[in-house]
Amino acid sequence: MISRFITKTAAITTVVVVSNAVGNYALGKGMQEVGHLVTWQPGPYLQAFTDPWVIAGVVLLIAWLIFRLALLSWADLSYVITVTSTSYILSALLGKFFLAEEVSALRWAGIVLITVGAVFVGETFPSTTDETGGLAEE
Amino acid sequence: MRWLLVALIVGPGTVGDLLTTAGMKRHGEVNDFTVPGLARLLWQLSRNLYIIIGIVAMAISFFALMDLLSIAKLSFAIPATASSYLLETALAKYLLGEEVGWKRWAGASLVAIGVMLISF
Repeated sequence: MISRFITKTAAITTVVVVSNAVGNYALGKGMQEVGHLVTWQPGPYLQAFTDPWVIAGVVLLIAWLIFRLALLSWADLSYVITVTSTSYILSALLGKFFLAEEVSALRWAGIVLITVGAVFVGETFPSTTDETGGLAEE
Repeated sequence: MRWLLVALIVGPGTVGDLLTTAGMKRHGEVNDFTVPGLARLLWQLSRNLYIIIGIVAMAISFFALMDLLSIAKLSFAIPATASSYLLETALAKYLLGEEVGWKRWAGASLVAIGVMLISF
């Protein structure tokens, strides 16, 4: 029972991390094509949604949102935000291999710290609250 | 403008995470990951006020991040918002009642510093 719970948590965490990193990569690529965007008008945002990279990024980020919500249905917020931060590592590696971005010594240090931090939190049991999430029922 | 956007990323982002976590705990553990199961989940969540307000807050945070990334470098945007790991960990402990022991504090601190370094 416990091992099935841990396996489920690991599997959904992986989906959340991959959809976030790949979604951000696609959205970032699309936004570079679209260009400058600071406005309160909806028009330029809607126009951005015609770019294929923006569409792919948005679809993946919607999947990320749904699976992250599902993960939060049993796992603690303080668990989820830390273990899913490993998506930054995947983002850095995507940049290195697909955009030929340089990974500096500082970035490698950041990757090591995020990995160690995620391992620390990954060692804790994912769920420590009851079904009310700590907030008392009204 | 840049710091206003940082505040609009961190503040609503944190509120959104707290509300969606509370809403999902009330919804109960999700076990059906088939397409019909996920569609049913979305339908149920569309009537969950915690989730609706939480997602509106997260959307504000997301569009503020898009705006910030269009006027500032990633090496400004990400370190400026990394503090939210510690803020959310503290609020998860005190508002949601999660057990945050030394491993979670250490993990959140290491990740916050790591996220700052990785964006340079």
